[in-house]
Amino acid sequence: MDKQRRKFLKIAGATALAGISAPAVVKLTSTPALASSGHGKAAEHGAAEHKPEGHGGEDSAKGVRLGMLIDMRKLYGHPELLEKVAAACIKVHNIPQIEGNKNEIKWIWDMAYKNVFPEHSSYHSSKITEENNFLVLCNHCDEPPCVRVCPTKATFRDEKTGIVSMDFHRCIGCRFCMMGCPYGARSFNWMDPRPYIKEYNPDFPTRMRGVVEKCNFCGERRALGQEPACVEAVKDVGAIVFGDLNDPDSEIRQILDKEHTIQRKPSLGTKPSVFYIV
Amino acid sequence: MYNKGTIIPGLIIFVLFVTFPLWFNAFSTAASTVPKPELPPGGEKACIAPAAEMRANHMVMLNEWRDDVLRDGDRVAVTVDGKQYRKGLQMACMQCHSNKEKFCDSCHEYASVKPYCWDCHLTQSALATKKETH
Repeated sequence: MDKQRRKFLKIAGATALAGISAPAVVKLTSTPALASSGHGKAAEHGAAEHKPEGHGGEDSAKGVRLGMLIDMRKLYGHPELLEKVAAACIKVHNIPQIEGNKNEIKWIWDMAYKNVFPEHSSYHSSKITEENNFLVLCNHCDEPPCVRVCPTKATFRDEKTGIVSMDFHRCIGCRFCMMGCPYGARSFNWMDPRPYIKEYNPDFPTRMRGVVEKCNFCGERRALGQEPACVEAVKDVGAIVFGDLNDPDSEIRQILDKEHTIQRKPSLGTKPSVFYIV
Repeated sequence: MYNKGTIIPGLIIFVLFVTFPLWFNAFSTAASTVPKPELPPGGEKACIAPAAEMRANHMVMLNEWRDDVLRDGDRVAVTVDGKQYRKGLQMACMQCHSNKEKFCDSCHEYASVKPYCWDCHLTQSALATKKETH
């Protein structure tokens, strides 16, 4: 009896020791790719992540990645064009017009330079940046934080187009994505939006109370071969260019190759797909 | 048998009472409450599947369409009777079955199911309300 108890204690002790030390052994022997958080290409990103810019090199160019270029030079001094863009989006997507910072629903809107580009110095900035507002919308990031935090995958990155989409059917209204988004591009329907919609577009649904909404890069219009509503609204001045960022022959890439462009809050590493010429 | 006089009439009353719904229904002259959903006012005859299958599985098909369009980016139009429709409740189904109150609701109310499709998707009557105020 005594002998057996002694044996049992020995085995139990050894097992406990093995169990406790197992995680440490796994950690020490695993490759760095496994240990780093799911970026896929850990080796390349490892180096790139410490650089100050948002896009760590050109390594991630594969598949279609739709993006937008906003040439603000063509919009300076024309606040009516900014309004036209917002109005076009509002009409196409049945966006309610609700007053107040908390309740308002925004897909594309305009803000002052210091709010749009807080990482860029606005000390002694030019008159033109001081006096003009800048168009802002969802950046359809390549590394979208909103997608990371969504518990139901209601918001997700569409692998075919690189667009950050919303599936309103799945949204439970937890608003994690609004916390995650560093650009404030998401709005929550605190109340039934229908009474606040001025005019219905019969080709698009409305939303219900309790879901988050944002720009969808006009998925429903692109399916019909149309351009996004905002692009179309300022077509005559050509202020917004839309296209595939990964296609070297696309119009947007030609301009990106030629002009100096900036992105919003690049240091966060979200890799926005919306570019600005200011 | 003891107490034949009370047991047999009692049994008869009991059986009649239990089967009351059956014979009441059989002899009742009131109109049937089985729903008769309105056929498309535009006169379209063909749907994407036979009526019996649509009746049983339209909700499954709508979910599949939703996932095709939103999740997989597959917005390929469906063709019925030579006419193309975009996948979607508003874009396809309600182009023919335009009256939600007379078509969708007739069965849903009978079966006491409350789908939340129209919390977001627009019906003709909802569209009409905005035209008046505008």
